[in-house]
Amino acid sequence: MQANESLALSVSEKVIGWRLFLKTILARAYPRIIGQQREKSWIFFEIFMPMLAVAAYVYVYRAIGAPEEYVGFVVVGGAMTAFWMNVLWSMSSQLYWEKEQGNLALYIMAPNSMMAVLLGMALGGLVATAMRAIAIIVLGTWMFQVQFTVTSFSQLLAVFFLAMTALYGMGMMSASLFLLLSREAWHISNLAQEPIYLVSGFYFPIKSFNFWVAAAASFIPLTLGLDAMRQLIFPSGALLGFLNVRVEITVLTILCIVFLIGAKFLLDYMEKLAIREGRITESRR
Amino acid sequence: MPDYAIETQDLGRVYKIRGNKKESQLRKELVALEKVNLTVERGELYGLLGPNGAGKTTLIKILTTLLAPTSGWARVAAHDVIQAPNLVRPRINMVSGGESSGYGLLTVRENLWMFSQFYGMPSREANQRIVELLALVGLEDRIHTKSSDLSTGLRQKMNIVRGFLTDPEVLFLDEPTLGLDVGASRDVRKLIRGWLDADRKRTLLLTTHYMVEAEELCDRVAIINKGRVLACDTPANLKRDLQRDAIFEIETSPLNGLTNKMLADQPEVKKAALTHMDGGAKLELVLVDESALATVINILTQKNIKVLRFTKREPTLEDVFMERVGQRMEDVEKEELPNASK
Repeated sequence: MQANESLALSVSEKVIGWRLFLKTILARAYPRIIGQQREKSWIFFEIFMPMLAVAAYVYVYRAIGAPEEYVGFVVVGGAMTAFWMNVLWSMSSQLYWEKEQGNLALYIMAPNSMMAVLLGMALGGLVATAMRAIAIIVLGTWMFQVQFTVTSFSQLLAVFFLAMTALYGMGMMSASLFLLLSREAWHISNLAQEPIYLVSGFYFPIKSFNFWVAAAASFIPLTLGLDAMRQLIFPSGALLGFLNVRVEITVLTILCIVFLIGAKFLLDYMEKLAIREGRITESRR
Repeated sequence: MPDYAIETQDLGRVYKIRGNKKESQLRKELVALEKVNLTVERGELYGLLGPNGAGKTTLIKILTTLLAPTSGWARVAAHDVIQAPNLVRPRINMVSGGESSGYGLLTVRENLWMFSQFYGMPSREANQRIVELLALVGLEDRIHTKSSDLSTGLRQKMNIVRGFLTDPEVLFLDEPTLGLDVGASRDVRKLIRGWLDADRKRTLLLTTHYMVEAEELCDRVAIINKGRVLACDTPANLKRDLQRDAIFEIETSPLNGLTNKMLADQPEVKKAALTHMDGGAKLELVLVDESALATVINILTQKNIKVLRFTKREPTLEDVFMERVGQRMEDVEKEELPNASK
């Protein structure tokens, strides 16, 4: 084909509305689902390293003669840690990185919805992290002979998807917030990591806390999600649960709505501020 | 009403800059754009020529809906950038020089496909067009290369393909050859001109601080400095005003205390710029006429400065800039640098 003919080609039809919204979600999810797998170091850092933490807790519980369910609690908690790490480091700080790379201005300037971009990031992160979480569950189950007894598949699925929606909704909301705070956001991520490991009960039931500490920790969707999942997959889980599973499902539903609306509100605010002030889309490099 | 690709009226932008803690909450104001009036016809390649910090990027940001003006208005593709950004955005695209957009772990094709999806392009058509455009810029053999493995020049070609891919009505190129070597810059310029010539309904606004680029590419050029448009016309017309002047370049021995002011104070010297070089200096002079050269030579002789070589040349856009701004662009940028670091 002649050079000028190639340059003269025009695009036949561009989709708009909900089809553009869906295309944007899939396109933005792509780098996470496909691109991230190309860096093979994730197998070491995101599977092997968390497995070491899981193993440490398992051996402590076995050494002190804790009920065998605790070993299962730890394996499930270790798998869910992957989602928390993904939300904290790859969702919350992502818009800041997009700004630094120069992508944020291109996202805002394109006819797509910024909410679709954030949803794409969340979907991509969720799918990519699910692969890591499944690997931890499979390895942990095989290594430590964990027994699962699912009491309700439908409730288990509902809890998982609600917890993930609320968790990634929180990540989407904090993405705009972290962008507004810019470089200071690093400190928040660092600050949030370990305390939330503790209060979310990744490695033990949160019923061990007093009610108000557990209730405050429930603001992090993984806390209730993990608590409900443990109740639904281990025979003695219900005895160690913080709240009834139905109550936890209701609270998770409310958290989903609050975080998704919050994400939309903060995103709109961020975009308005970016256009008014002109600083947010400017890379500092 | 005329159907312009770009139209601005009294467009202005003032940044409020927060002071640091010691300066308490004091806010300084920086005027980035002041009363900019532009009209760009459809099919035109319009250049904004100015030094770093002149306001070119601010203007592009406003026109691409990324920044609100603090005064005046702007329309792109017949839609107001503030009132109707959703009508402007599907019709435009932008590429900046030295940008590192996209994701290093994705291949060239994947990055371009991803951006095409944000504009709602059908995947099959996007992929076909990516192959054709990459072939055109000589990147077809890098289609499956991760973008993090591309050199600066190749990456910029990929970025330009991203700009062309969605077939915008108006394309904004902000310093598209920044940081590229001579060969890559030439390729990029050829591509830009080719894209515009292939369909005369397309419009391109380009910012640059390279005179040659503006002169070679642009149908019309606006000279911008300190947020104000100082002149706007075709490169030929801008230079025509200087045709009656005599422009000389003189290479000399060391200047022995001769200053710019000593020359500029002479009534026959319209503009003068001195550059120190290894073992000598270069004078660039705009004189009222050729006879004024005698006055300059006389001053040089009095200062015991030897003339090593002198040439009379045709005016360039650099001369136009010097005429309008009073300094060479290089000198303006040097002056701006210390201010920028404050």
